[in-house]
Amino acid sequence: MRVYLTKRYSFAAAHRLHNDAWSAEENRRVYGKCNSPYGHGHNYALEVTLSGPVDPRTGMVCDLGELDAVVEREILARLDHEHLNTVPAFAGLVPTSENVAAGVYEILEREFHAAHLERVKLEETSQNYFEYAGGSEIRR
Amino acid sequence: MVYLTRKCEFSASHYYHNPELSAEENRRLFGKCNNPLGHGHNYTLEVTVTGEIDRHSGFVMDLKDLKEILNREVLEAFDHRFLNQEAPEFLHVIPTTENIAVAVWKRLQPHLQTARLHRVRVYEAADLFVDFYGEE
Repeated sequence: MRVYLTKRYSFAAAHRLHNDAWSAEENRRVYGKCNSPYGHGHNYALEVTLSGPVDPRTGMVCDLGELDAVVEREILARLDHEHLNTVPAFAGLVPTSENVAAGVYEILEREFHAAHLERVKLEETSQNYFEYAGGSEIRR
Repeated sequence: MVYLTRKCEFSASHYYHNPELSAEENRRLFGKCNNPLGHGHNYTLEVTVTGEIDRHSGFVMDLKDLKEILNREVLEAFDHRFLNQEAPEFLHVIPTTENIAVAVWKRLQPHLQTARLHRVRVYEAADLFVDFYGEE
């Protein structure tokens, strides 16, 4: 019997969408305002979904404190109030929310083992969000 | 297939305790949630049903009926209750959000005929929710 549990976090960060391989004009055409040279910022909301059977001893899928600790150490401490273009985890990538969502998923998959990592959802603003499930289909 | 979701809220208290473990082990495992007097939450419940659109009514299921089932089967039992002592399924099962989602599913499922229960989502707080899709 599988249960899905989601915890929500937030962080604030700056980024600039820019591809070094393209001309200035090409970058402006593709990324528009997001290419502004000084960068700009968002209040990101991050949802992490885990799944697994309910442990009859605890009534829980896993200890949420363990998830909080891994998210704090591996994600929030590295991204909150940072400029994402300078974060080593995203070196060589344009820090679009697609790439950040996938990057966060890969970090958590590597570092968190107390339950199955189902999905990462990253809200860049209240009007857009990005989900990644490691290539698996996202459960609705 | 169309998916239809109805939302409602209930307020309840609970505490986490496993009688098979020592007092110390319970405190270590459950922290503040182990306080025997209980503490409370405003839960938000989202129930999603799915089915074909009825040609005559244009509905997957009459939302009024879903509301009545929710009120009768879930809210009457959980709203303004101490779940550990007043909800029969939690006399011997810890009323975690995970177990509440499963309990809501079991309470609703037998009463849905025209539409199929797809998902039960229980928010314990704005930053924490559990989804259950039934036995898989």
